[in-house]
Amino acid sequence: MHWSHRFAGWLALAAVGFVLVPSPAAPVPDLPPAADRAVDYGADIEPILHARCYACHGPSVQTNGLRFDEGEAALKGGYSGPAIVPGDSGASALVHRVASPEEGFRMPPTEPRLTPREVGVLRAWIDQGARWGEPTRRQTASSQPPASQHWAFQPIERPDPPEVRQIDWTRNPIDRFVLAKLESKGIRPSPEAGKLTLLRRLSLDLIGLPPSWEEAEAYLKDSSPHAYERAVDRLLKSSHYGEKWARHWLDLARYADSDGYEKDLARPYAWRWRNWVIDALNADMPFDEFTTLQLAADLIEDPTPDQLAATGFHRNTLRNREGGTIYAQSRFEETLDRANTVATTWLALTVECAQCHDHKYDPITQKDFYSFYAYFDNVDDVQIDAPLPGEMGPYLRKRAEYLRKRQELLEEHHVPALQPEWERQMKIAGEQPGERTDWDLCYDVLFQMTDNGSLVLHKDPAERTFREQEALTDYFIDWYYTVVSKERIEELRFRELRKKLKDLKAAYPRLSEARVIRERESPGATYLRVRGQWNRQGIQVGPQPPAFLPQAPGSGRAARLDLAEWMLSEDNPLTARVAVNRMWQEFFGRGLVRTSEDFGLQGELPSHPELLDWLAADFRGNGWGVKRMHKLIVMSATYRQASHARPEVAELDPENTWLARQNRLRLPAEILRDSTLYASGLLSPVIGGPSVYPPQPDGVKELTYGWDTDRWQESQGPDRYRRGLYTFFQRTAPYPQMMNFDAPDSNRTASRRRRTNTPLQALNLLNDEVVLEAARALAVRVLEDAPSEWDARLRRMFQLTLSRLPADREAEQLAESYRRQTRILDQSPPDARQLARIDLRDHDPVEIAAWMGIGRILMNTDEYITRE
Amino acid sequence: MTFQQFQAIQRRRDFLKNVASGIGMAALGDLLASDGLTAANLPDVNPLAPRQPHFEAKAKHVIFMFMEGGPSQYELFDPKPALQKHHGTPLPESMTRDMKLAFIKPSAKVMASKFAFHRHGESGMEISELMPRLGEVADDICLVRSMRTDAFNHHPGQLLLFTGHTQFGRPTMGAWSVYGLGSESQNLPGFVVLTSGRGTSGGSSNFSCGFLPSHYQGTVFRNSGDPILYLSNPDGVSDALQQETLRSVRELNELRFEETGDLEIASRISSYELAYRMQMSAPELLDFSGEPAHVLEGYGVTSEDDDQRQYATNCLLARRMVERGVRFVLMMDASWDDHSELNKNLPKRCRKVDQSNAYLIQDLKQRGLLDETLVVWGGEFGRTPMVELRRPDDAENAGRDHHPDAYSMWMAGGGLRGGQVVGRTDDLCLNVVEDPVHVHDLQATLLHLLGFDHEKLTYRHMGRDFRLTDVHGQVVKKLLA
Repeated sequence: MHWSHRFAGWLALAAVGFVLVPSPAAPVPDLPPAADRAVDYGADIEPILHARCYACHGPSVQTNGLRFDEGEAALKGGYSGPAIVPGDSGASALVHRVASPEEGFRMPPTEPRLTPREVGVLRAWIDQGARWGEPTRRQTASSQPPASQHWAFQPIERPDPPEVRQIDWTRNPIDRFVLAKLESKGIRPSPEAGKLTLLRRLSLDLIGLPPSWEEAEAYLKDSSPHAYERAVDRLLKSSHYGEKWARHWLDLARYADSDGYEKDLARPYAWRWRNWVIDALNADMPFDEFTTLQLAADLIEDPTPDQLAATGFHRNTLRNREGGTIYAQSRFEETLDRANTVATTWLALTVECAQCHDHKYDPITQKDFYSFYAYFDNVDDVQIDAPLPGEMGPYLRKRAEYLRKRQELLEEHHVPALQPEWERQMKIAGEQPGERTDWDLCYDVLFQMTDNGSLVLHKDPAERTFREQEALTDYFIDWYYTVVSKERIEELRFRELRKKLKDLKAAYPRLSEARVIRERESPGATYLRVRGQWNRQGIQVGPQPPAFLPQAPGSGRAARLDLAEWMLSEDNPLTARVAVNRMWQEFFGRGLVRTSEDFGLQGELPSHPELLDWLAADFRGNGWGVKRMHKLIVMSATYRQASHARPEVAELDPENTWLARQNRLRLPAEILRDSTLYASGLLSPVIGGPSVYPPQPDGVKELTYGWDTDRWQESQGPDRYRRGLYTFFQRTAPYPQMMNFDAPDSNRTASRRRRTNTPLQALNLLNDEVVLEAARALAVRVLEDAPSEWDARLRRMFQLTLSRLPADREAEQLAESYRRQTRILDQSPPDARQLARIDLRDHDPVEIAAWMGIGRILMNTDEYITRE
Repeated sequence: MTFQQFQAIQRRRDFLKNVASGIGMAALGDLLASDGLTAANLPDVNPLAPRQPHFEAKAKHVIFMFMEGGPSQYELFDPKPALQKHHGTPLPESMTRDMKLAFIKPSAKVMASKFAFHRHGESGMEISELMPRLGEVADDICLVRSMRTDAFNHHPGQLLLFTGHTQFGRPTMGAWSVYGLGSESQNLPGFVVLTSGRGTSGGSSNFSCGFLPSHYQGTVFRNSGDPILYLSNPDGVSDALQQETLRSVRELNELRFEETGDLEIASRISSYELAYRMQMSAPELLDFSGEPAHVLEGYGVTSEDDDQRQYATNCLLARRMVERGVRFVLMMDASWDDHSELNKNLPKRCRKVDQSNAYLIQDLKQRGLLDETLVVWGGEFGRTPMVELRRPDDAENAGRDHHPDAYSMWMAGGGLRGGQVVGRTDDLCLNVVEDPVHVHDLQATLLHLLGFDHEKLTYRHMGRDFRLTDVHGQVVKKLLA
């Protein structure tokens, strides 16, 4: 890199406020003159370096990768490149930094400044060749960072489960670890939860739906010692299992159906990756394969389109399409996000601090960060056909007809005649910006609003794929108006054409597509970015795991595949721990390491380190089987404990760290929706497919600026009642019920959800049409199911909502409430009719409405929204 | 939650049980308040209980009037006669080299402003003819001509203005304010968002609580349908029926609490109470029938123009919220993003807001609320001296592009010194030449007025103490009274 360029970068950085920035061609600013004598390293230089530089750039600390105590390393420079140009002190950054009057730029940052004499001596030394002598004062120097003693970076050993006194309480090794800790504190574990509570807990945890009453009754009647295990096995086989567990993975992957940022365009095929996740979990794909495919399916041998779809993990990153966005910058930010997300998801390392500087707490250097970043720096974002079973046949049969009809429409509106000239003008606009502002706009928008649109423009039409040509033509039709008169556009009737083309497309079978990544054929070099600024290149780096962790032997293969293998290797201390900790988190409400996103020095320590290691070793040592681990955890006595508070333990262990009971956990937003639809019988059980648009309150989508928000066309039929994870996620205007109940905003990776308790949640449950509709369906269901005695109906209502029978006091209170509601409704028949909506023979609206009222009450109770 | 709080809730539960039978919810709320047993006595149950700042606060409330898109400083606040001289010519390359432009090229030509400026008030503050009414309160406002920011696109610019960082996930100013001070209102959210015009680029990230607990999230008061999402009873559910529902929910929750002993249930009961109080008090807040005609006219609520009425309504609502203890009102008006037809659209927008802005200041002052209410008006960045011409053949189409390096905002009340202009820009308003006020400085000053040292109002997240001003920001002493 040419010095003046580098130097200009530094100055620009120093130009805080309105300091004048000299142009790069300007002469070197005033520097004290070089000393006019021969300089001796030991006598003249080392004392200065030692006193003023080594504290940050010496043997023990190398801020920005720079050290001055060793000649070779010093001449190589730091992250920004060389600081010393032997023979040319005027070109040496070191001299400019120490001589600068500029606060914040000048080195060393602390007073006193170097005197002009000292600077002069340094200059003379550099001019005379910058030779290091034998160090006279060297401290113990080591070029290797000291091995970290931090627990999470130590190898995973498989500890033996400890001895315990109350051995008959334990059901598997997990319990011995937990019980040993409890016994050491003098706390007894809680008894097992009641059967119905247990089944409801299990069902909500494994498939995200409450048990049906038929399942509950069968379980109650089954007195065999294997009843519980049979329930576990049944739930693990349910296809709803994949839906429940996919949602956690979607949080980590910051999954959404739109781009984010101002334009927030829809991503019509984002769901294809979600489908892959659900299927993989249902098929019990081992976690190693699950990992490898998402990190590097494009690099394995002969990947299928379905396997490639796994790399959609990385495509969930946001995309800024706002005018003037600098492509290189947004690409940089997307790649940062990919590196951060992978580091948090698989390694629970919060590496993002190291974007700008060496990590303050963890041993991650900035160089480590960019070496990790390098794994993701050479990928293209592409869209591929990834048909689902059954799509290909109909598509091929109708293909020719579709193409013919499309071509006819295009010809009818003169597109084939006009587009080539438009393309020619566009290319000119791209080459000569600033000449015609209307064409500039049309060209810039192509760049921003389409993926790879400007690359396609410059391709020979004969070499474009159909998909590329189709997208460019569509763009032409959409944006031609910017470069011709309004009259001309009206004459061409392009708006009408656009609609016809859209309808045509909708009328013909299409293949599902997948958003994937693909390694570039000729990878470019990756550079560290000084201070995390996208346009300030520092030293070159290659893909490599963080230096403080055990390294992977280089295989010469594509790097991302190496990364996957490294994560899954026996030496990696993090991956298995992180994965089992997240499972634990979902089954107990908090991980053994509470900060499941951060296993670094700022994260919390594990509450049960041996248990964590035992689980991790067991997971890795037994083929990374996910369902196997889930079963192990839910089979434990620890998991099966009652969740009732224990005042006698509360003072000793207020947060239930030692697990003397289970935790009561408010349901996640989606599961809350799912349970409500399930209880009322409205839930559509369809698994997978495109996202849906359930009714949402007016005015929500209008809050955003997003370009195509009119797409929220309420789904009809069963799609109104799909599970929450299928609700279209618009980043700038998410579905309000989900936000109220702490779903993450999907802008960043989310390793654990908050569980807040707010008045807006109360309003949501009380007044949301979705809940009311469910209450209506529930009332009807109860009136149809149950014989006409009031008590039987109440029992049925409890069965459907709370998976249990009412206690006497509850029945009394609700009977009283039913009477009061009936009185209120009797006085206002229109209200009753409004609520009941439908006519059920033999039931008057007041009866339906009052039962709806009981349903609403139950669905607003703390118990209903809680997994106990 | 500590053991003491556990016991406090136990006592409260007993109390609830004693009074529960036969008493309506509203009466129950009154009873609780009169007995001193409101949520304020249980800080961990009510995360919005009022809290003491670091030092005495000058401002207790903030009304942040965010003009999304970036109002043009050339036409409104910062007169630049030099533009006339350069009108129609490109700027030398040396001046444009470091500019970050969204849509235009550096070679775009300079465009003079068509609007005259007049001097107002004792200070002789120069304000555009487009905002005559603002001139009437010139001695109360503080005009900052030296605003700066780092981002030149809307969404990043809005994130930087509201969260101190262009990356997602951090809490916004309003959330920080409520996190620091709590709320004085028992019936309304502490941080409220009012919107007019179209949606904003930033969407919900402009009022997000980021990594703070979601109690601190801004609550949108909507313009159509329910003012707060899910606020009103579903059709067919009368107030009597709703009260019956709430009573039974509470009874069942109490039984469950007895059974499980989970404190979370006590919090749930308290959340339902606040929800009900919000249901009861929001209609009163929105009911303007008690406002005299001259006030309604003063704000412009009676205007025939839909847009003006909407904006005026939000201004009046903001004042009513401040009166009722709401801590932070964020008004978002969109959009001031005049890439084209600037000379046609800007006067229209100014007509929409000018009267209400001025009247809000006068009304707050007259009620003695201005001293304790900080009012801020402005956008995420300013606009370029160069023209943006999307249709080169149509001069009427002219607009201006985004310009982050120098722009204007005005503020008033809440411990600021009115009647002054702070900061100066160069002849073309390309850069600030005196008293720069970066958006981080604005944030630091805002927190200072609320009684906080911006470096000490922090929240620990992912092992680090985060703050609104990131690692920057200085209180702008010149702004202070």
